[in-house]
Amino acid sequence: MSIEILQPGLSTTIQDSGRNGYQKHGVVVGGAMDPFALRMGNLLVGNEEGAAVIEATLIGPKLLFHEDHLIAISGGDLSPKISGKPVPSWRPVWVKAGSVLAFGHAQKGCRAYVAIAGGIDVPIVMGSRSTYVRAKLGGLEGRALKAGDRIPIGKTNADCFSLDKKGDAPFSTVSWSIGENAIPSYENRSVRTIGGPEFKDFTEESQTRFYEDEFQIAPQSDRMGYRLSGPDLQLKKPKEQISEAVSAGTIQVPPGGSPIILLADRQTTGGYPKIGYVATIDLPILAQKKPGDTLRFQNITVKEAQHALLLRERAINQLKCSIKLMKTGGFKRV
Amino acid sequence: MEHYEFSPLGDSGMIVNMGEEIDRKTLEKVTALSAYLEEHPFDGMTEYVPGFTTVAVFYDPIKIYNQSINEFPYEAVVKTLKQILSKLSTRKQSESRVVDIPVCYGGKFGPDLKEVANHAGLTPEEVVRIHSGTEYMVYMIGFAPGFPYLGGMDERLAVPRRPSPRVSIPVGSVGIGGKQTGVYPIESPGGWQLIGKTPIKLFRPEEDQPSLLRAGDVVRFQPISREEFERLEVGD
Repeated sequence: MSIEILQPGLSTTIQDSGRNGYQKHGVVVGGAMDPFALRMGNLLVGNEEGAAVIEATLIGPKLLFHEDHLIAISGGDLSPKISGKPVPSWRPVWVKAGSVLAFGHAQKGCRAYVAIAGGIDVPIVMGSRSTYVRAKLGGLEGRALKAGDRIPIGKTNADCFSLDKKGDAPFSTVSWSIGENAIPSYENRSVRTIGGPEFKDFTEESQTRFYEDEFQIAPQSDRMGYRLSGPDLQLKKPKEQISEAVSAGTIQVPPGGSPIILLADRQTTGGYPKIGYVATIDLPILAQKKPGDTLRFQNITVKEAQHALLLRERAINQLKCSIKLMKTGGFKRV
Repeated sequence: MEHYEFSPLGDSGMIVNMGEEIDRKTLEKVTALSAYLEEHPFDGMTEYVPGFTTVAVFYDPIKIYNQSINEFPYEAVVKTLKQILSKLSTRKQSESRVVDIPVCYGGKFGPDLKEVANHAGLTPEEVVRIHSGTEYMVYMIGFAPGFPYLGGMDERLAVPRRPSPRVSIPVGSVGIGGKQTGVYPIESPGGWQLIGKTPIKLFRPEEDQPSLLRAGDVVRFQPISREEFERLEVGD
């Protein structure tokens, strides 16, 4: 069972829930930039929530299915089509052998995910199949996918949808999908942010501007982090900073005054002042922002951030139950 | 019990401050807490990361919430860590592990050795003698997989980084950047002055412990010849 890459797209990699537990060895966590899209895609095809999927960035790949596969596309809208017909996202889709799934340009968001029933079966390196290109780890030979690659797919979980697999249509799907209100508001320009340990060390002016002004995502932004342009953020006086661990969402400010938000492929440690932390709940929104997009930081407490996570988890649990129910229900061709 | 400061590292992590200064005493505390968490990870903990003066503890707020009643995850984790730290003060410190790293200095492996020597007003041989005659403390692994932040370099060897960084530095290169010395565990760009190379792998992704070194280790560099380098490299 394998899927062939006909065109790789801009930056297409294999990602899962990340390489957890190895930061003490200096190994980056990595994993899907949009953890919500990863979980949902996998749930929709009956996989483990953290199974390996394809992550496409801005310009998606062209994939040839050599066998029949159950897939789900989630995350940003990179205009996926099979035989010229748009493929709906956030729902299970049965793809016929010989079909080509082609992504176009980004309509909404920045990163799309393709989950395939059975999961992508590349070797596990330090507990994860995630690709970390800088250290040539995981994924397919530790690199971004390229034309001619064959992506191995694991054995399909028996607990999988029985879609209408007959007929000659290149794909078939269901009439339901994950509801719009359950999906993070990718268009939202405001991300919830917890104040960092050095927030108080910035000038009053910088503190005010940080929460009131808009920042723009600079072109040199990638999976490692987003560089922002906006108001100049300066410390009251230079401060000797000792390197320590950082997290996904940490907003650090180098002496130049332009903040950097650290993301999936961040280094494990950092030595710049930390003005804040983007709350975990809004990391999917960040993952879907592209260079040129603007954002604002909205101040919340740790308690509020954790409360928001608990509420989302409850919603996801409800979605899990609904998906289970739908599996036993009937399916309609579209 | 000593007083430790806790601060949030976002909503899924916590920084435990173990001291203000980078010194042996702080390092011992960092190492003791790390060793405890390695052996006894608490439910809901995802991982810990030792720093120069801190230990970062990452946790899953959902798991923590589900097992603690009426408590917010951050507060529940502070409570758990306080209990651990109170037990910790009575634990006996273990001896530091000494790791010898063979290095072939100069030549094509250390293209900047002469420049470092010129800058320091020493001969290349003296640079090698000083660099390999010092014991270094591993304070933290970070920056790159398996990269050790080493303390203890002789200040005479301090030299500014190269004006423009090299695009690609081979795995195992030993360099000096400012007052720091270290080994490049993976091929990467970098601006350090290269004085030698080790055939030993500091990062081994296929091993249980992918980083050869860990915080608290003592490192010694041993000069080896080109022939020994090649023999060790083949034997690896």
